[in-house]
Amino acid sequence: MSRLRAFWEFVRELAGERDYERYLEHCAAHHPGEPVMSERVFWRERTDRQDREPSARCC
Amino acid sequence: MVTTERSGEPEGRGGGPATRRRDPQQIAIWTAVAVLGAVAWAIVAFTRGEQISAAWLVFAAVASYAIAYRFYSRYIAYKALRVDDTRATPAERLDDGQDYQPTDRRVLFGHHFAAIAGAGPLVGPVLAAQMGYLPGTIWIIVGVIVAGAVQDMVTLFFSTRRGGRSLGQMAREEIGPVGGIAAIVAVLVIMVILLAVLALVVVQALAESPWGTFSLAMTIPIALFMGFYLRYLRPGKIIEISVIGVALLLLAIVAGGWVQDSSWGETFHLSANQLTLALVIYGFAASVLPVWMLLAPRDYLSSFMKIGVIVLLAASIVLAWPAMQMAPLTRFAFDGLGPVAAGSLFPFVFITIACGALSGFHALVSSGTTPKLIQKESQVRVIGYGAMLMESFVAVMALAAACILDPGLYFAMNMPATVLGPTLESASAAVQQIGFTISPADLAAAAAAVEEQSLVGRSGGAPTLAVGLSTVFSELFGGDALRAFWYHFAIMFEALFILTTVDAGTRVGRFMLQDTVGNVWPRFKDTSWRPAAWISSAVIVGAWGYLLYAGVNDPLGGIHQLFPLFGIANQLLAAVALAVCTTLLIKNGRARYAWITLVPLAFDAAVTLTASYQKIFSDNPKLGFWAQRTQYQEALDAGKTSLGSAKSVEDMQQVVFNTTLDTVLTALFAILIVIVLVDSVRVWITALRGRPLDSGSEDPYVESQIWAPSGLVPTREERAKQRELARAGGSG
Repeated sequence: MSRLRAFWEFVRELAGERDYERYLEHCAAHHPGEPVMSERVFWRERTDRQDREPSARCC
Repeated sequence: MVTTERSGEPEGRGGGPATRRRDPQQIAIWTAVAVLGAVAWAIVAFTRGEQISAAWLVFAAVASYAIAYRFYSRYIAYKALRVDDTRATPAERLDDGQDYQPTDRRVLFGHHFAAIAGAGPLVGPVLAAQMGYLPGTIWIIVGVIVAGAVQDMVTLFFSTRRGGRSLGQMAREEIGPVGGIAAIVAVLVIMVILLAVLALVVVQALAESPWGTFSLAMTIPIALFMGFYLRYLRPGKIIEISVIGVALLLLAIVAGGWVQDSSWGETFHLSANQLTLALVIYGFAASVLPVWMLLAPRDYLSSFMKIGVIVLLAASIVLAWPAMQMAPLTRFAFDGLGPVAAGSLFPFVFITIACGALSGFHALVSSGTTPKLIQKESQVRVIGYGAMLMESFVAVMALAAACILDPGLYFAMNMPATVLGPTLESASAAVQQIGFTISPADLAAAAAAVEEQSLVGRSGGAPTLAVGLSTVFSELFGGDALRAFWYHFAIMFEALFILTTVDAGTRVGRFMLQDTVGNVWPRFKDTSWRPAAWISSAVIVGAWGYLLYAGVNDPLGGIHQLFPLFGIANQLLAAVALAVCTTLLIKNGRARYAWITLVPLAFDAAVTLTASYQKIFSDNPKLGFWAQRTQYQEALDAGKTSLGSAKSVEDMQQVVFNTTLDTVLTALFAILIVIVLVDSVRVWITALRGRPLDSGSEDPYVESQIWAPSGLVPTREERAKQRELARAGGSG
């Protein structure tokens, strides 16, 4: 069961779904006490970054 | 018997990985792999006159990759590059939770692979199959091992040591301003050619096909819906919306069949020129609309599809063991008169197959994005070398899928439409002319099996691959009843990958242009300033759109003319990347190991320069652009109104214009590569003479505080270490 759960967490991480959790972990570790973005704002900000910095896709 | 020791590196702080020496189990496994590889290679290379199973190609590839990964990539990583896991990577040092972030190596492997692999490895090998399966197979496998994967890995390593600097920046800093500018110009021009050729592949696949056109058109509303869902309904729920998206996508493919047979069929029955216009409008819109609407959701969709398709492809080839119908070598390998793309084996097999063997474009991904996320230097092996091996594997399977077709059908699909003529009879006769046979009835039957009006002249690779895949898939799943579905499924994922590249590529091109113009007119740099965004998008779309239009209407065949240009451009970029890598090895005092990138560079330069030389100066009008131009110009001057496949004066004028443009572009590529090479050699000589050089911009050493396994699967020692760290309460 714990293996299945670990696999699911891996899939979520691969899909990028854990990014907000990772952001919160990052904030807790590096900037404790400072305000954090709400989940909705975080995702919006994350997508909009690509508007400013597109990443190349090969063929 | 298990002794653990560090491979003694004199100055490496981390040295090599924990090495197990003389482990009989290991020796047995690797001997078995080597034997399997040797047997598979022998069957692939020496069987003549009887058909072999496509699975042997897959075995030869996998065994070679395993050995190369285990031994060669390790040698490069620990001896030449001296990866150092005690050194903090940019992801750790500059961790901002956004751009820089230590990312699980398996996740990063997935992202890196999704960014480097798309339709490219599916197209080139199919076109190169005209020379038989052997040249392509050898180049894809040997090429990736000694050139392509090396380039990706070494570029990734050096960019990681330099805070994730881009290839262009490294070229400027390490080689000099001249080489640097040449590199940046090369990137921009290549982007345009790449987009034009890929869009041409889509047009060739979808023209006059209501089913395919409908399915692909539906990806736009599906992407918009996904974008809206992620933006407003349930932000961050990527998996659920991707699953919904893929389900809708499959529904769109099924529905395409219904639409084709209904009164709506006509609406989606578009000519090549109408599709060209649609793609140009789409490309422009995708470049100026916010990413969340189209680009981001489409990216999720195509990443999901990528995984599914590769698994399906590998499983079906190994399970179905289809026989290869194409000969190992056709005469086109030697006489250079191949109808799909002209030119003999050397250098054109190496030009036609770029993605999958050596692709310069990857250097743009290996520098820039991935280095900012990598946890440990030693992981450049699995991510740089490993992901490229995976792409190569896709290319081998694409080659196999093309070669299981009846060669007559293969040529009827891939020769220029103008040579094949308007009817099935004329196509059959044209194929007969080059020494292969397929009857008009068989051509009709092949089209009917996948419910298309015609397969004749559908060059560009995608339809051929789709026919091959539908043959294999339907053998395993669904039989003939599902053949048309699998055909359109294959067309759909290739088109989807391509549109993702077109979206992203146009946008990247737009940013590069804005950045360049911004040096003169600062306001233009502001990417949120609408007029600049619109103008530069229009310029980029206009450039590839024009080439696409010219390709679609080229009397000599767009793929036939443009694909070599794309290959030359891509290999040019590879030369830039390999030159930068060689320069860095030499400047860092690793000149002893410089052959690792110098040998592929020399080969790549020889290939690219020979190909450009032949394309410009060959006096054979079938091969040389300038000879073609002269031939048609002279005919026009002599008052002729048709020549070869150009049936009117306008057609002939079109040929003259296109071939002039092709000559100019080829010459530009050749000049750029020479500039970069000469400038690099200058730096190498200075460095080797021991003259003081600007030491470049390697980041200072910072000790790493985190730990992570090196390979995809942790070794026994690494698992023990993981447990130990978990017990101590601090995970990596």
